[in-house]
Amino acid sequence: MSEHHINTEKDSGNGGASRRNFIGAVAAAGGLAAIAPGIHLVQVSQANTPPRPAGEAASKAVRWGMLIDTTKCASGCTDCVKACATENGINETVKDARQGSQWIRKIDIKEVKTGRTHSLPMLCQHCANPPCVDVCPTGASMKRADGIVLVDRHICIGCRYCMMACPYKARSFVHQPLTEQNPEVPRGQGCVESCTFCVHRVDKGQIPACVETCTKEGHNAMLFGDLNDPNSEISRRVAQVTTTQVRADLKLDLGVRYQGI
Amino acid sequence: MLRTFRLAVGVLSAVAALVTTGAVAGESRVPKPAITIENPGKCVAPVEEMRRNHMDMLKHTRDKTMREGVRGMKTSLNGCIECHASKKTGSVLGSNENFCQSCHAYAAVKLDCWDCHQPKANYKATGTAPADHPGTAGAKP
Repeated sequence: MSEHHINTEKDSGNGGASRRNFIGAVAAAGGLAAIAPGIHLVQVSQANTPPRPAGEAASKAVRWGMLIDTTKCASGCTDCVKACATENGINETVKDARQGSQWIRKIDIKEVKTGRTHSLPMLCQHCANPPCVDVCPTGASMKRADGIVLVDRHICIGCRYCMMACPYKARSFVHQPLTEQNPEVPRGQGCVESCTFCVHRVDKGQIPACVETCTKEGHNAMLFGDLNDPNSEISRRVAQVTTTQVRADLKLDLGVRYQGI
Repeated sequence: MLRTFRLAVGVLSAVAALVTTGAVAGESRVPKPAITIENPGKCVAPVEEMRRNHMDMLKHTRDKTMREGVRGMKTSLNGCIECHASKKTGSVLGSNENFCQSCHAYAAVKLDCWDCHQPKANYKATGTAPADHPGTAGAKP
């Protein structure tokens, strides 16, 4: 996303359905998709990794990452957002819509000169050098050994400095008392929160809910895996195709990469 | 003489009765917590140790799990809830008969866990994102 792109406010309707169907049909026909001349990508279903054994800490050898193929992400499709809300119990009604928690959101962008548009999900980019961690006055904002950036709500004081520091507007503040949490995803009033890469699922060897749903619905726009493992599908993909880090000029070394923008 | 003796016995017994009722009244002024152990004998440590050290155990686990990603430890808050949630209400909170609340109300120690954690056992959040969820429409990025 360069500065030539501007973000347009566009309501996500159902306009992208035909494109999605087309992509789904292509993917289904043969299981082999041509990305560019000479590059062929075998559509492998995303195998879950083995769960980490009980009592073992997250390893530095792993760097969890996500690849989002914007050419397959249809404008108006919000399956990932809904899956995230269901998985993480983001179900509260807020008085002011601006206060609602956004762990993942869909944005439509347009390049001014050419008019080319993209739709993509924006979420915590799980930086290797996260500004939110830099600025946190209590140490609540933290990066786990395997690259997942989290908020330790036990020591978060809700100052929201991290929200200001995040270049991706990936963090939200909970303004009201909550009672409908998922037992595996504690959330509460007065704390900042953001995408956790579904850390509770990843530790069990599953993939994040958004990626699982995107794949299950046949969009195949999201891929999750270990960027440090040269044999993982995500590593093979980022070695084959051009991928972009949003605001790469900030040198934050993002865990989330986009293809096609 | 006999009359005086009878009177003394009467006064004594009356005093004794008063003392007894007084003691009972004194006990009821500070009611003991009504602790119901739903699954007795399955705890990760003996009762005495749990009563004295459960908060340290939980804090240790919390830091290991949250910051280092260690899962499947012997002690976990969700493990407590699964065993100790009331069979009637499915929760460790709600009234002074529910496991966590009963003791903490008695000891006047505030419970912070449940501001964020789910106090019900095997709870499945059924709600989905409201229609106006800010991520679902073209909200400003």
